[in-house]
Amino acid sequence: MATKEKSLAHEEPVTPAPEHHHATNTGLSNEKLAMWAFLGSECLLFGALISTYFLYRGRSLEGPTPEEIYDIPYTSVSSFVLLMSSLTMVLALAAIQRGDYRRLRVWLLATALLGASFIAGQVYEFTSFIREGLTIKTNLFGSSFFVLTGFHGVHVTLGIVMLLSLWNLSLRGSLTQDRSEVVEIAGLYWHFVDVVWIVIFTVVYLIPT
Amino acid sequence: MTQPTLEGVDHPSQDEEAEVEHGAHPTEAKYVRVALVLAVLTAVEVALSYTKFPEAATNAALLILAAIKFAMVAAYFMHLKFDNKLLRRLFVTGFVLAASVYVAYLLTLGVFLP
Repeated sequence: MATKEKSLAHEEPVTPAPEHHHATNTGLSNEKLAMWAFLGSECLLFGALISTYFLYRGRSLEGPTPEEIYDIPYTSVSSFVLLMSSLTMVLALAAIQRGDYRRLRVWLLATALLGASFIAGQVYEFTSFIREGLTIKTNLFGSSFFVLTGFHGVHVTLGIVMLLSLWNLSLRGSLTQDRSEVVEIAGLYWHFVDVVWIVIFTVVYLIPT
Repeated sequence: MTQPTLEGVDHPSQDEEAEVEHGAHPTEAKYVRVALVLAVLTAVEVALSYTKFPEAATNAALLILAAIKFAMVAAYFMHLKFDNKLLRRLFVTGFVLAASVYVAYLLTLGVFLP
């Protein structure tokens, strides 16, 4: 049976499923290559949004300003949650590569839940900012902040949809060891939104205006 | 089925092919160690943001720590350190292009001027 559960010791070295030599001109999977090309182009998208935030920082004529409304300890916890979701994502990949489907589902669900916690935290942060008088139309800081972090939040939300789809496929027995590359590609996207947040957390929240 | 070969395509060298075939991913224990380092670096970043060091030094330190975290996630979790070099080149090209374009853009608009 394709979905036969396997359980191996955690300490055992994790190696990928045997590499298929893909019948492409590069010898690489087109899907994986496409995901990397997409992520390269996403650097340009987030680069534009981060640059715009830089351009407008400290130029608002009226408040609220970042210093007045940021809650660094709260955002630090959110950042930690997203960072740890990258760990659970690679553990999910390691699980499918050794054919441990039960752990694959556990780690996929854990990653989705950590991502959902991050989004819930962002929604709470946005609503508290709005209560304090900062909206997307209030000033230059509000416009650039909500657009940048909002775009990132949309990316995380799409990642959660991907993870739950993979979890559902695995439950139905359609996600087997020989298709581990599907999890790897979804993982690349997930880790990318994590590295983008690493940059946003530093340049938007931690570096003072 | 043998795929036709196109002229001008950057084929992986023998070394690169060997890297794909023999590039085993890290162990789970290694992933956990990387995550612990990332957590510690995040704690250091937050602590730094509360210190009273000169602003320029603090900002430089924060940017360096963010760059280290970025590189660690890309190298270990995204497997760029272990995968085919072509994938690394693809991502690094996009990243360097974005960084160059936007730094030039911000310099043109005088964002870094005092």
